[in-house]
This record gives sequence, structure tokens and C-alpha cells, in this order.
Amino acid sequence: MENPAIEVNNFSYSFGNGDVLNSVSFAVKKGEYFSIVGPNGSGKTTLLKNIMRILTGGKGVIRAGGIDVRDFSQRELAKAISYVPQPDGRSYPFQVWEFILMSKYPYLNPFSKITAKDEREVDEVLESVHMNRFKNRDMNTLSSGERQKIMISASLMQKADIFLLDEPTTFLDPKHEEEINRILKRLNRERRITIVSVTHNINLAAILSDEILALKNGRIVYFGSPDGFMDGRVLSSIYDKEFELITHPGKNIKVILPEVIC
Amino acid sequence: MLTRKNKIIFLWILFIFSVLSLAICPLIGMKNISIRVLLQYHVDELEPSIYWNIRLPRVLLAFMVGALLSLCGMVFQAIFKNPLTTPFTLGVSSGAAFGAIAFIVFGAEAASLGFAKSYFSAFTGALLSIILVYIFARIRGGFSTFTMLLAGVAINFFFSSLILLFQYLADFTKVFQTFRWLMGNLETYGFSKVVNIAPFFILGSLTVMLFSNELNLMLLGEDMAISRGLDVNRFKLIMFVICSLMVGASVSLCGVIGFVGMISPHICRLIIGSDHKYLTKASLFFGGFFMVACDTLSRKIIAPSELPVGIITALLGGPFFLWLLVNKRKGDALL
Repeated sequence: MENPAIEVNNFSYSFGNGDVLNSVSFAVKKGEYFSIVGPNGSGKTTLLKNIMRILTGGKGVIRAGGIDVRDFSQRELAKAISYVPQPDGRSYPFQVWEFILMSKYPYLNPFSKITAKDEREVDEVLESVHMNRFKNRDMNTLSSGERQKIMISASLMQKADIFLLDEPTTFLDPKHEEEINRILKRLNRERRITIVSVTHNINLAAILSDEILALKNGRIVYFGSPDGFMDGRVLSSIYDKEFELITHPGKNIKVILPEVIC
Repeated sequence: MLTRKNKIIFLWILFIFSVLSLAICPLIGMKNISIRVLLQYHVDELEPSIYWNIRLPRVLLAFMVGALLSLCGMVFQAIFKNPLTTPFTLGVSSGAAFGAIAFIVFGAEAASLGFAKSYFSAFTGALLSIILVYIFARIRGGFSTFTMLLAGVAINFFFSSLILLFQYLADFTKVFQTFRWLMGNLETYGFSKVVNIAPFFILGSLTVMLFSNELNLMLLGEDMAISRGLDVNRFKLIMFVICSLMVGASVSLCGVIGFVGMISPHICRLIIGSDHKYLTKASLFFGGFFMVACDTLSRKIIAPSELPVGIITALLGGPFFLWLLVNKRKGDALL
């Protein structure tokens, strides 16, 4: 049987005295589109950071492709998993092509030079997110949507099979949000890249995902199919509020209706 | 921002300026020396002796100290992602200063223990501060940037207080000596200081240059650097040890020469951008050239007396940096 892309086994993590993750266990199959949802502060980002080993020292085991992530060197882990952090407006003092080339780091030695092949690869990954014309732009002059597309192309440059994305479409307008989601879904289908995406957009998680994991106070409160997730009782147990659901007219899937606030 | 080709041209210009400064500046001083006299070298003549024994070693020392401080400033600014960081932020300078001042104040006792020169004592002080910062950073777990910075600042204050205590207890002559030491100076006779600092300069600079990819990654933030495959804690430790040793060697031999280590990398960054493949070389040449130029001015400006070189570096570098800052384009980040 094929090893899962990511397997989290009885994993706990705490900052100081408070448990942020508590005995979390789940597996992400290879080639899956996997969404992690849950209220703010439920441990979603902490979970992603532990998978990428940005945070260390948790109890339990996290495996990537069947191997304990602690047994990878950081370079080898970067060849297997790439990570797109939450958009936070930080400054990147590089041009787009320089930024993307930096994702080649796991494959470089101190004496490596930029080759024509590298430059072709930059063009290819930019093409796959339709961003070629931004190649020579400064990163700091890009809009949030443009920047997220460059982040995804940088992950492609890293040639990892698993993408971890932390709220990739937060702060984006509906057009850019849709564009990013289409790109991710295409990469997932065509290149069989495993997508693990943290999101607050419940409807999109239901539409895009093969499986959904919901966290609350560091514990798993739901893990399963989108159909089972889009249930009034499940959702209200996660978010402590009532949701009104209707069936999407184009798809046989339930979506939540926005609240009318008077 | 400059194109790749223009960046390389800029580096060549800096290289040529550096070579020219090393060739020309030893000829300039209280008394200028002509090349013709140098070529007719006779040991008993005064001018060639001034050139070979005083000016040339001094200029070489100035170049290496300037280059080394500039490089270390650049590394610390990248690691801490803080434009105000200097090579002295982590307390190495105050450790070295404490060592040197302890020697000046208790010189006779120290000499009897086998410390013949103040810079052994200063370098021991620098090593002590490095070890203390390291211990504090490790106690907190990992190798946190904030802990290192705070430990560095605390150790700076601690050693500065001890220096003040020693100065308070010492007599006037010794207080004056300590005051002059703290201002920094590049005076030397013969090549012993040059030989002492050369291994730190050569090995340190080469190592920093080999880590240009890693320094670039650090500018993306630690989480991004880790996700790109960099073992951030190990890298920070390597850079911290190498740069601290470089700064420790420089401060031990020449005292605390401020400003060049903070401003040179910024000046280069504003001209050439933040890519460390170019920035390391630019910082090295610019820092070296700038220090040699400032030292030459400091020897010439009120000749036959001399100004402390730190005054010139601040007086020249400050306005130039502000001019660049005002003229920089929108979107060009300082780091």
C-alpha cells in the first residue's frame, strides 16, 4: 500500500503551559486536495509549521512519505514539501525572478551558478501561473493576488510534491481568489501535487477538497468527506454558531448562505 | 535597481577604487611621499621607512578593518532583519573594550601574568562576551534571534558598566588612555597587526561569501528560509561565531571604530540591491575603501596632529547615507 503523503500520529504541541495541538492524528493521501479549517486559534498554522519543521519539539510523530520528518535534513524536507505562509505584507527586497530562483536552494551548493536551464525553469513556473510579464518586477510592488501567484510559482520551482498553504486567499478580491483556487486545483489534478490548505472559506473548502479536517481548541472535531462536513450540526459544533445551508444549483453539494445582518 | 551587468560594473569600480586607495593613500600624510623616492629605496632614508613601516601597514590594516566591519554589519543586519544592527550589537565590542581597559588600568599586573599586549586581553574579553551571548541564547532553547539581541544588549550594558567602574577607579592618565582606546585608532608600526588580523579577514570574508544564498534566504524571514531548506539555527550559529571572531579581532587591535559597520552595507544595498551574491563583495570593497579614505583624511586634515578616524567615518558617511536614503526609489526596501 502506498504511504500517505503526510501522516500525523497522536501529535501534541504546546507553547508554554497551553496545549495548542492535542493528540492530533490524521493522514493525507498522495494527490489529495486537503483542507484544514477551524476557528481562529484552533492550531491550524501551528500544525502546518510542525509538518514543515518550522516549529519543533512536539510530542508524537509526523511522517512525510512514510518517513519521520525529524529524520529529514532541512534540505531534503524542502524537496518533499513546500510551504506558503500566511500573507503578512512582509518586505521581500528582490525581483520576482530572483525570488523564484531562491526556491532552488535545496538543490544548490555554495559554488552553483545560475544556468540557462534555471532561467528557463523560472519562465516555465511563471507561465504556469500566467505571470511571465512580472518577471522583472520588484516583489514589493506586487498586489496581494499577484504576490500569492508568485509564491505558488516559487513552490513549483522547489519541485516538492506536497504544498502546504496557510490561508492562501485571505485578503484577496473574489477574482484573484478564484484564480488562485483554479491554479491550485489544476496543479492538484494535472501534476498530482498534494495540496494541504488552511482556509476560513468553508464553501470553497467543501467544493475543492477531497477531504476536510476541522480543528477546535487543538483537537480534531471533524475529519472526513466534504459532504459530511457540510452539515448544520457539524458546522455549529465547530464554530459555535448556526449556519443556513442550501444545495448549490450547479453541483450536488451543500453550501452555506451568507448571514443577513439587520 | 541596477541590472545584473551594471551590478558587475559597479563591483569592478569598487575593486579598482580599493586597489587605487591601497596604492595611493600610503603616499599621503603629514609629509607626502613621491613614488620616485620609493623606487630609489635605501634603508637609511626616512621616507621609504615611513612608507614601509608606518603608512603601508596602516593602510592595509584600515582596509581590512573597514571591510571586515562592513561585512559583519551586513551579516547581522540580514540575520536579525533589522537595519539598525551593527557589528557591535551583540556585545563583542564592549567585551573587547572591557578586556583592553582592564589591561590599561591593571596593566602591570596583567603583564606579569604574561599578557604582553592589550589586544590579547581585549580578544579574551571579546571571546567572553561571545560565550555569554551563546549561553543565554541556548538556555532559552533553539537559537532565537530576539534572545540573542537582548542578551547582546544586556552584555553590552554589563561590560559598559564595568568599564565605567574601572575608569572611575583609575587615575587621570589611565582614564585618558582608556578614552583614546575607546575612540579607536589605526596606528601601527610594522606589519604585526596586519599579520594578526589577516587570517580573520581572509577566512572570514571567504566564508561569508560562500553563504550568500543563505543570507538571501534569511531576508525572506526565518519560516520562509526553513521552508526553502535552510537549517536556520545552525546557520545563525555559524555566522554568529565567525562574525564575532572577526569583530573581536578588529576591536582588539584597533578599538571601537563606529559607523562604518552599520552604514557601509546600507549604502551598498541602496545602490546594488539586497542580493548577497553582489552585496557581500560590494560591502567588503566599499567598507575597506571607505575606511582607508577616512583614515587618510584623519591623518591629513589637522596635520601634524590626527583626528580619530571614527569622527571622519561618521561625518562623511552620515550625510552620504542620508542623501541616498532621500533619493531612493519607492519600493526599494532598506532590508
